[in-house]
Amino acid sequence: MYLTFEIAKTHLLAKPKQTIVAMMGVTFGIGMFIALISLMTGLNDFTESLTMTSSPDIHIFNDVTQTRPTILSEVNPHGINLVYHQKPKNETPKLRNASEIVQLIRQDPRVLGAAPMLASQVFYNYGPVQLNGNILGVEIMEEDKLFDLRSKMKSGRIEELLTNHSGIIMGTGLARKLNARLGDRVVITTPQGYTLTLKIVGTFQMGLGAIDNVRSYANISTAQSILQKAPGYITDINVKLKDLHQARFIAGELQKSFRYKAEDWETANSTFLTGNKIRNIITYSVSITLLVVAGFGIYNILNMTIHNKMKDIAILKATGFSGNDVRQIFMIQSLVIGLVGSLAGLLIGFGLSVLISRASFPGGDFISLDHFPVQFNPRFYLIGIVFGVSTTAIAGYMPSRKAAGVDPIEILRGQ
Amino acid sequence: MENVLATHNVNKYFYEPEKFQVLKEIDLIVRRGEFLSLVGKSGCGKSTLMYILSTMDSDYEGELEIAGERLTGKGQDALARFRNQHIGFVFQFHYLLPEFTVLQNVMIPALKLRKYSRGEIESRAIEKLKVLGIEEYAKKLSGKLSGGQQQRVAIARALINDPDIIMGDEPTGNLDSYNTHLVFDIFRELTHTYRQTIIAVTHDVEFARNSDRVVEMSDGKIIRHP
Repeated sequence: MYLTFEIAKTHLLAKPKQTIVAMMGVTFGIGMFIALISLMTGLNDFTESLTMTSSPDIHIFNDVTQTRPTILSEVNPHGINLVYHQKPKNETPKLRNASEIVQLIRQDPRVLGAAPMLASQVFYNYGPVQLNGNILGVEIMEEDKLFDLRSKMKSGRIEELLTNHSGIIMGTGLARKLNARLGDRVVITTPQGYTLTLKIVGTFQMGLGAIDNVRSYANISTAQSILQKAPGYITDINVKLKDLHQARFIAGELQKSFRYKAEDWETANSTFLTGNKIRNIITYSVSITLLVVAGFGIYNILNMTIHNKMKDIAILKATGFSGNDVRQIFMIQSLVIGLVGSLAGLLIGFGLSVLISRASFPGGDFISLDHFPVQFNPRFYLIGIVFGVSTTAIAGYMPSRKAAGVDPIEILRGQ
Repeated sequence: MENVLATHNVNKYFYEPEKFQVLKEIDLIVRRGEFLSLVGKSGCGKSTLMYILSTMDSDYEGELEIAGERLTGKGQDALARFRNQHIGFVFQFHYLLPEFTVLQNVMIPALKLRKYSRGEIESRAIEKLKVLGIEEYAKKLSGKLSGGQQQRVAIARALINDPDIIMGDEPTGNLDSYNTHLVFDIFRELTHTYRQTIIAVTHDVEFARNSDRVVEMSDGKIIRHP
């Protein structure tokens, strides 16, 4: 084994240029694989976390637009009934017994938290200009449990909301548009036409323009008085689970038992997640292509080496090397090329990832992002090296087998 | 004297382009310390016979025995091990590994055999190079040597494992007369001083005449067998 290794080493070092070219193929393939997958999963994670900030694991609400059986079909269940342009029933989006539902959901061991909520459209008055937006009435401590609001606060503290009935926590984008700061008062107009003065007790930034530019949080009671509804008026319940991948299944259960629409995050964000899948497919197919090309390179170079070394192989066999020894010599060469090439590829991939993560990437108003999100996951590096070495092993196996099968007499006679 | 090699009724056929009998009922006995030349016209089958004797060709009928071991019917790996230990080769075209130094070339078969430690192998290799008068080139790449020097390296390599037989396929076929004499004298000394058995296929009439025994072949048969 040691001897075959030594012979392989001498062969590799005798033609350094050729060896380096073969290694570069692998290096390039693995390096690109690492850079690509780090960036792609970084992007995927980023969009997923954005998704999670903007939508709960499960969202329960009264879907008033849901199709319902017509009165006609109740009266005449066996006839043929045609109803065109059926309109939704005149009912409020209120969830009945919302606080009991919340209590029940919280008792479920799979649930981390459940937060009742109601939302209202409002206009924020900025001098003569009215800005469209909304106010969410929430139990702020519960909301923090679900969406980790505390870490997104830019100024003020979320506890201030508990002690201040007319306080709101405003999105930074909205605050900027209104030219308002912490402690300022803003005037809002409710959909019913009333005006109300509220005090900014904090500002938050989710990183998603669609939220930061329009949303404020208030206490549930504040939101109820904006809408002029009785206490107990709740329109939505947000649920956070211990394992978010169970969301689809649990949502179905909740929908069945409470008879309100329960939407899981995957359904709510299916477009986002399709993007993730497509990015993954592209990443893996590009990387595999690169590695296959590198594999063909190694195959070619080894084939050529073996062709040039026919005489050496014959003499090795004549002096007592078995086919197995000869195969070992060439397999070791391809594995060394694969291993060294892959290791260099990991380094280059890491370097590229660092460069990409430092490249500025203006996300604009919509997404608060100034650099490319890159994930540094040791797993990718492990996959990279396993991938690189196994490709070269396969590419080296066939020429090595050919070398092992060389008949020395044919070569020695041929001269 | 002790027999070192014996064949019994060896027949060999070529199947391409059509079936043709190359060797016919070869019975040959070689004794230890003998310097034997195998001669004959081109195509008489002497090289084919030598490849069978060297165990590299195992596709024949009949029986082959070297150093008291019956080799007919053994597997390729077993034969490779046997060659490593018992047979040394000297070819017409030197056949050294060009990327390795002279010393490495001589050492490789011994490293493969692993009978001695690396240090011992190295000192043995240097000793063999000294016997052949080329120890000063030990650290040179073998590809850089002249033809005569390369052939002496090949002989040193053939000797490294103290084989029972050295086989030469036209060992002087590619050398000028000076080097031919040199190689011949080395062979002569090996057989007479060290009782080394040598079988050499040759075209060189003078070379053959000066060896201990000449076996002449024609049309696949041994016709002169003193």
